[in-house]
Amino acid sequence: MAAQDLSGAIEMATCSDAGRVRSNNEDSVLANAQLGLAVLADGMGGYNAGEVASGMATAVLGSELEHAFATRLPHEMDPGGEVLARAALRDVIGRTNAAIHQAAISQPKYAGMGTTLVAALFYDDRVAVAHVGDSRLYRMRGESLDQLTRDHSLLQEQIDSGMLTPEQARLSQNKNLVTRALGVDTTVDTEINEFAVQPGDIYLLCSDGLNDMVEDDEIALGLGSLSANLPLCAEQLVQMANDNGGRDNVSVILAKVKAPYPASRRGGGLWMRVRSWFGS
Amino acid sequence: MAKLILSMDNLVLKEIPLNKERTTIGRKAHNDIQIDNLAISGEHAVIVTILNDSFLEDLNSTNGTFVNGQQVKKHFLQNNDVIELGKYRLKYVNEATQHASQADFEKTMVLRPDVMRKAAEQAAGKPPAAEPQAAPLAPPVNLAPPIAPDAKPEAASPVALGAIQVLNGSNAGKTLDLVKSLTTLGKPGVQVAVIARRPHGYFLTHVEGAKFPTVNGTAIDTQAHELRDHDVIELAGVKMEFFFKP
Repeated sequence: MAAQDLSGAIEMATCSDAGRVRSNNEDSVLANAQLGLAVLADGMGGYNAGEVASGMATAVLGSELEHAFATRLPHEMDPGGEVLARAALRDVIGRTNAAIHQAAISQPKYAGMGTTLVAALFYDDRVAVAHVGDSRLYRMRGESLDQLTRDHSLLQEQIDSGMLTPEQARLSQNKNLVTRALGVDTTVDTEINEFAVQPGDIYLLCSDGLNDMVEDDEIALGLGSLSANLPLCAEQLVQMANDNGGRDNVSVILAKVKAPYPASRRGGGLWMRVRSWFGS
Repeated sequence: MAKLILSMDNLVLKEIPLNKERTTIGRKAHNDIQIDNLAISGEHAVIVTILNDSFLEDLNSTNGTFVNGQQVKKHFLQNNDVIELGKYRLKYVNEATQHASQADFEKTMVLRPDVMRKAAEQAAGKPPAAEPQAAPLAPPVNLAPPIAPDAKPEAASPVALGAIQVLNGSNAGKTLDLVKSLTTLGKPGVQVAVIARRPHGYFLTHVEGAKFPTVNGTAIDTQAHELRDHDVIELAGVKMEFFFKP
C-alpha cells in the first residue's frame, strides 16, 4: 500500500524569521503537505545549540514519520490497538528526544540544549496534534480562532490553578518558562490530542514569538483576510510580530484544508460493508 | 529581585528583599516583616514569590490589607504597588521590571521538575514543604542566544490615519477609514488585495486573482507597495483614492 498523499486536500505554507532583536533564528519548521505533516520547534541553548536542537527535532521527525508511513497508513491500528498516527508520533518524538538529549550530554557545545515542539499529522479527516512546551496550534474555523494546545508552561499552570487570570498572565514576569521540552531529559512526556477536521479550516502552528507579540484577534484578522493566499498570510503574521517589536524568533506554519480526505479503506473492508448496509 | 520598601509618614524605615517563597507580615515576632503596632494583626498578610512574580494575600486580618487604596484578599503585585497596613506603607519594587532589558524576558528556559513541583504546590495553595530555604530557581538549563549588539525594535513613529474613497461606480464618494491592521478590497475568488497598516505606513499587496491591482495606472508586482497620499488604486474595475486624514 502506498503512503497517503494529501497534497490535493491540504495546502501548507511556512514563514520563519529571527525577529527584530535576535541575531539568529533558533526556530525550525517543516511542512510536508503530501504526508500531511507540519512540525514546528523553538530551540533553546547557548551559541547555536538552540538551532541544532530545533533542527534535529524537525528533521528527525520528518524523516522518521515518512519512513513509518511508507508502507502503513496513519489510521491503521498498531499491535497494541492504538491508532498508528498517535503511536508513531509518540514513538518518534520519544526517539527524537533521546537523540537530542544524547547530543546534548555528549558534546559540551550542545550542553543544556532543548526545544519545544508542536506537530500536526493530518489523516482520515482528522488531525493528530503532539506538543511539548509552549509552541502552539490554533484552528481558524469560520470566524472563530481557537487555541487547541495548552502550553506546558509555568504561566499556564498558574492560570489552570486559578492563581492568575489570562489577563494577569500578560503582566507576569515569568514568561517563557516552559515545563516540558525535548532534549533536556532521557524521556519526554508528549501530549497528543486529536481533532475532527472540516474543509475550510485553517490550522496555525506557531512559536511563542507570534502569540507573545500579536493578539489573538489580530491573528484571526490575518487568517480571515488572507486565507486565499496562504504564503502571503504566513508572511503577514510574521510581519505583524515584527512590527510589534519582534522581540523573539517568530515562526508560523499554516495548513488549509481544501477538501475532505477520508482514509481509503481497502474496498470491501468491514466498515465499508457496514456503511453500505445502511445505505450511506 | 523584587523588594519592599517599608515606610511610615513618608519616612523610609527599611528595605526587604523578596528572596523567600513566603514572606510573612504581622505583629508577632516570628514574622519576616514584623510591624509592632496594634493595628496590625498577629499574622496579617503573606507575600508568595514565585520566580519573578509576587502575590500578596491577606490572612483574614482584623483591619484588612489595602493596595493602592483598594482592600484586597489576594493580589498579583505589580511594580510600584503600595501596600497599606494601618499607618505603614510597603512599596513593591520589582527590579526585573525596571532594569532587565526587554530581550531578557524572551529567552525561553526550562523549569526542572523539582522547581515545578514547588511552583505547582504553591499554585495549588498547599503549604510549602517544611525545608530550609532552597534556592528558589534551579540553574536555568539554557542560555539565551546572543543578542545582536545595538539591535533594538525601532521606535515606531505612528503615521497619520489613512483612508480610501471610492471614485466610481455605485459606491462613488464613500470613504473607509483604514483603522484595522488589515483591510481587504475586491471580490473574493476574482480579485482581492489587502492594505496593511504598519507602524511606518500603509502597504498594498495583491492577494488573489489573475490581475494585479494598479496604483496610479501601473500594476503592482507581488511585493507590498507603499501607498502615498492621493495614490489612486484600481482593482476589479473599482477606482479608489488613498489619502491620509488630516
